[in-house]
Amino acid sequence: MIQLFKMAFRDLGRNRRRSFFSALAVGMGLALLLLVAAFIQGEFSSTIDSTIRLQSGHLQVRAKSYDESKTSLKWEDLIENPDQVAAQVASLAPVKVSTPRLYASGFVSTVDESSGVRIFGIDPQSAANDPYRDGMVSGSFLTADDREGLLIGQTLADKLGLKIGDQISLSVNTSNGDVDEQPFTIRGIYSTQIGGFDGITVFLPLAKAQTITQTENHASTIFVLLKDNAQTDAVVVALQSPDYQVLSWQKMNEIILQTETMANSYISLMYLIVLAITASVIINTLIMSVYERTREIGILSAIGMKGSRILGLFLAESSLLAVGGVILGLILGGLAIAYFTKYGFSIANMGVTGILIGNTIYTQLTMKDTVTLTIMTFVVTLLAGLYPAVMASRMEPVEALRAEK
Amino acid sequence: MEVTKIDNVTRVYNIGKVETKALRGVTLSIENGEFTALVGPSGSGKTTLLQLIGCLDQPSSGHVYINGKDVSSLNRNQRADMRRGTIGFIFQFFALIPTLSAYENVEMPLLLNGYTAKERHDRIMELLKAVGLADRANNRPDQLSGGEQQRVAVARALAPKPALILADEPTANLDTTNGAQVMEIMTRLNQETGVTFVFATHDPRVINYARRVVTLRDGLIIENNGAGKKD
Repeated sequence: MIQLFKMAFRDLGRNRRRSFFSALAVGMGLALLLLVAAFIQGEFSSTIDSTIRLQSGHLQVRAKSYDESKTSLKWEDLIENPDQVAAQVASLAPVKVSTPRLYASGFVSTVDESSGVRIFGIDPQSAANDPYRDGMVSGSFLTADDREGLLIGQTLADKLGLKIGDQISLSVNTSNGDVDEQPFTIRGIYSTQIGGFDGITVFLPLAKAQTITQTENHASTIFVLLKDNAQTDAVVVALQSPDYQVLSWQKMNEIILQTETMANSYISLMYLIVLAITASVIINTLIMSVYERTREIGILSAIGMKGSRILGLFLAESSLLAVGGVILGLILGGLAIAYFTKYGFSIANMGVTGILIGNTIYTQLTMKDTVTLTIMTFVVTLLAGLYPAVMASRMEPVEALRAEK
Repeated sequence: MEVTKIDNVTRVYNIGKVETKALRGVTLSIENGEFTALVGPSGSGKTTLLQLIGCLDQPSSGHVYINGKDVSSLNRNQRADMRRGTIGFIFQFFALIPTLSAYENVEMPLLLNGYTAKERHDRIMELLKAVGLADRANNRPDQLSGGEQQRVAVARALAPKPALILADEPTANLDTTNGAQVMEIMTRLNQETGVTFVFATHDPRVINYARRVVTLRDGLIIENNGAGKKD
């Protein structure tokens, strides 16, 4: 066995450049697989993370009849006494923070331009709003009693050419179906690094949002963050009540999870293509090697080496190529992923409403992906070596000995 | 005792639609310890006969016996087993494995025959000494001359103590001096160890070393001088 590997190793050493490039093909294949896996993982985990932090929370409590797609502001679709409900939710041990929010739709107008927006009425003091507070680019965050100020996202500010202190006109749907228009001053500009969010979301203090939409003492939802994501289901069950609907982040973000499943199946197809290309390089290398060494195979056979050993010799070669390739792949892939994990990969503003894809994707390589893809590459390389090895082992010694070399 | 017996053997090759009869009914018996030359012009069937005796090929009809065992209908693996311990080969081209040193080339058949490391080392050094290459043990084939490579091939053929060594034109690619040297080594090893040598050649200088000469023409034995002669 050791002898077989020693021979195989030297055989690969005969044509070092060819062996190196074959191993490199395996390595580049693996590096590409790892990079794609890390990219997808990074993208989806950051999307889910941002969505939970900025938009859905771990769970939300809403009135039974509230329909998110309509952004209804009718009193019967809203939660009454939201502070009280939020406080009750906050009393559960796994809950980190719980805060009422009011959602409305409208548009922002300047002298010459306007843009559709969604209005988040928030409690400025709540820790749930820290992600926005931490993302302040200029100006100051809202205060609860501010009656004329609002926050807009960097993307929207750039689009409309707005800066701190500028006056804009905000038109908002109200609970009785009218549209109310009021002037506001831009107090601050925030950025979440997600263009799809920053371009359409403006913040008002909850009290002011209630006033302008004529929904006094009502909120669209109680936004809840938990100490531990894994407790979501338990808390959803604990909050069940005939008056409210309680939605988990999985339920609210079904589209993201479905997209992830779909992306994963496309990616599997890509894995297959990459591995097939890698396999064909290995098959090609080893077939060339078998042809070049036909007479040697005849000699080995003449001195009594059985077909199974000759098979073993060529499989030993492909397994050495596989080991070399996998090592190269882990190094190349590791370096590329390390770079993109640190510096990210800019995809600019690709956010779609409802799916918060960051402007920069940071790769994230999981142990599971690394192990699975490494084993897959190794096995495919070995399998690729099988055909040339069988070819060598089935040669008739008489014919092999007659070969030119 | 006869080491091999060929009984009315034919070998027909079908190349495309053309049928070539390489052997047309050959009967031959070779005793233990013989030093026999198969001679005849190109295409007379020498190489085919060696391949049949060497279990590299199978006859189209007739029987080949090695040490009394009929090997005519053995499958590929059984033939490999038969070759491994019983038959050694020396080829016209210097058939060494280029990635292995002289030492490792001689070691190969010993590995295949399950010798221990100590047994292998002793046997290899003994044989390399016998062919005068003990000091070249670690050289690879490309660092050896043609004559030296062929001597390593002789050592390799002898390594597992086979009953029979078959050599196909062993000196054809060597100059006179090296050819003579290889033949002298083969003669000496035949006398010292009693191993049977059968070699195909059409070189008259090589034929002189033989104690028995079997002449083939067009796939038939036309002359058989000195049967059973050992000294």
